[in-house]
Amino acid sequence: MIATGPRATVQDLGRPGHAALGVGVAGAADAGSLRLANRAVGNPEGAAAIEAEFGGLRVRVRAPGGLFAAVTGAPAPLTVDGRAEAPYSVLHVPDGAELRMGAPPSGLRSYLAVRGGVDVPPVLGSRSADTLAALGPDPLGPGTVLPVGPPPDGVPLLGVLPVAPPPAGDVELGVVPGPRADWFTRDALHGLFTGEYEVTSEIDRVGMRLSGPRLARAEKGELPSEGTVAGALQVPPSGLPVLFLADHPLTGGYPVIGVVASADLGRAAQARPGQRLRFRPRPAPFLGAGPDDAEERA
Amino acid sequence: MRILPNGDAAILVELPDLDAMLGLYAALAADPPPGVADLVPAARTLTLLLGPGARPADVARAVRDARPGAAAPVGGAVTVPVVYDGADLGEVAELTGLSPAEVVAAHTGTPWRVAFTGFAPGFGYLTGGDPRLNVPRRETPRVRVPAGSVGLAGRFSGAYPVESPGGWRLIGRTDAPLWDLRRDPPALLRPGAEVRFVRAGGPA
Repeated sequence: MIATGPRATVQDLGRPGHAALGVGVAGAADAGSLRLANRAVGNPEGAAAIEAEFGGLRVRVRAPGGLFAAVTGAPAPLTVDGRAEAPYSVLHVPDGAELRMGAPPSGLRSYLAVRGGVDVPPVLGSRSADTLAALGPDPLGPGTVLPVGPPPDGVPLLGVLPVAPPPAGDVELGVVPGPRADWFTRDALHGLFTGEYEVTSEIDRVGMRLSGPRLARAEKGELPSEGTVAGALQVPPSGLPVLFLADHPLTGGYPVIGVVASADLGRAAQARPGQRLRFRPRPAPFLGAGPDDAEERA
Repeated sequence: MRILPNGDAAILVELPDLDAMLGLYAALAADPPPGVADLVPAARTLTLLLGPGARPADVARAVRDARPGAAAPVGGAVTVPVVYDGADLGEVAELTGLSPAEVVAAHTGTPWRVAFTGFAPGFGYLTGGDPRLNVPRRETPRVRVPAGSVGLAGRFSGAYPVESPGGWRLIGRTDAPLWDLRRDPPALLRPGAEVRFVRAGGPA
């Protein structure tokens, strides 16, 4: 690693299954883009790759015969020893060559996968850096050396990957109301789904602070801490929501008014400061009904 | 029990109290419904994270049909030795109307139980201790709380596995290995476990 942008980390699909230890899932903020980059170079979908925010990456490859690589997510302009290469396609980086990633014209997080995957030692079954829990590999910086695993059985894809870059304008995201939508006024829910929320400069892998219509609470009590999920729109006393991303805390004590649909979470993670988000209601999954549910409604 | 959607990939189960939560947690941890990727215990809720193959309605039915486990303490009681020389011990004594020695006696006199985890890897929220120790958290959190610090906040007690910011009132410190990645499992305190604090120093 010769240089990085504001933040670059190793990510895979995270470490679910350890909540009892106080450990969250983490993993790529835009998991779809990670999967795609891995498929492109013939890796298993969950292999570890580099998640780079705002580009800025400079990497020198040291591998006999060079390395196959692919960049997805934010379409950062690429050069290999000064020669322009396209994102969303498989490129070959010769031994000793420098791969440079410029600033992406849209989107926030680029995924650089190499054939064989980043082979740092796993922690609790994952190579993901959890920046909140300080678990997994340290964030990357100049001088970091990342080992690459043996080539997988899969073959690299040829041609350009069929994928659209993250939008540069407004971003529409589906949101399932709840689990604590009933803690808010009707006006708040209306405001959430009709207003626009701007992504502030306070963004990291834990979440992004949004500015827009304040969401007023109807229920003034204290919520005992409960489990939170990536995509949750948690509303602190300010009334301005925080959209949780991959490294969100396991539990939180502020009510969650809605949760971004899992299919839209990657696009949420690609929104950058100044971009506007519009939330659209999505139906909750059907969960059936138990006797107590009816009682609660009565 | 009430089952609420938490987005399209998780469900939140509300339970009447901590015992009911730990009972359901024990049952589901022993026999997880198909497609459930993780269980997140909290004060009186249990969140089920759904993997790609999970069918939410089937998982909800499995939750309704689960017979609560005995919420048996996990792996027997854990003993945590504490040197009671915390920076807030005097303040806790003032807030509770006890002497520092009585605070120590109260903290060590009743077994605690790990209700749930979170905040940091290996951090357990302990409940069930002496109710006189219910003190509010500090108005201004500390930027740095040393690893091993033992504190109180509301009806909870806990010990910081790693140095971090924190707002709990610190009454002592422990050298118990709260978090060790070379150990399986790395966390000493896990939901359901009984915890006994013993005095290793400080006012008696």
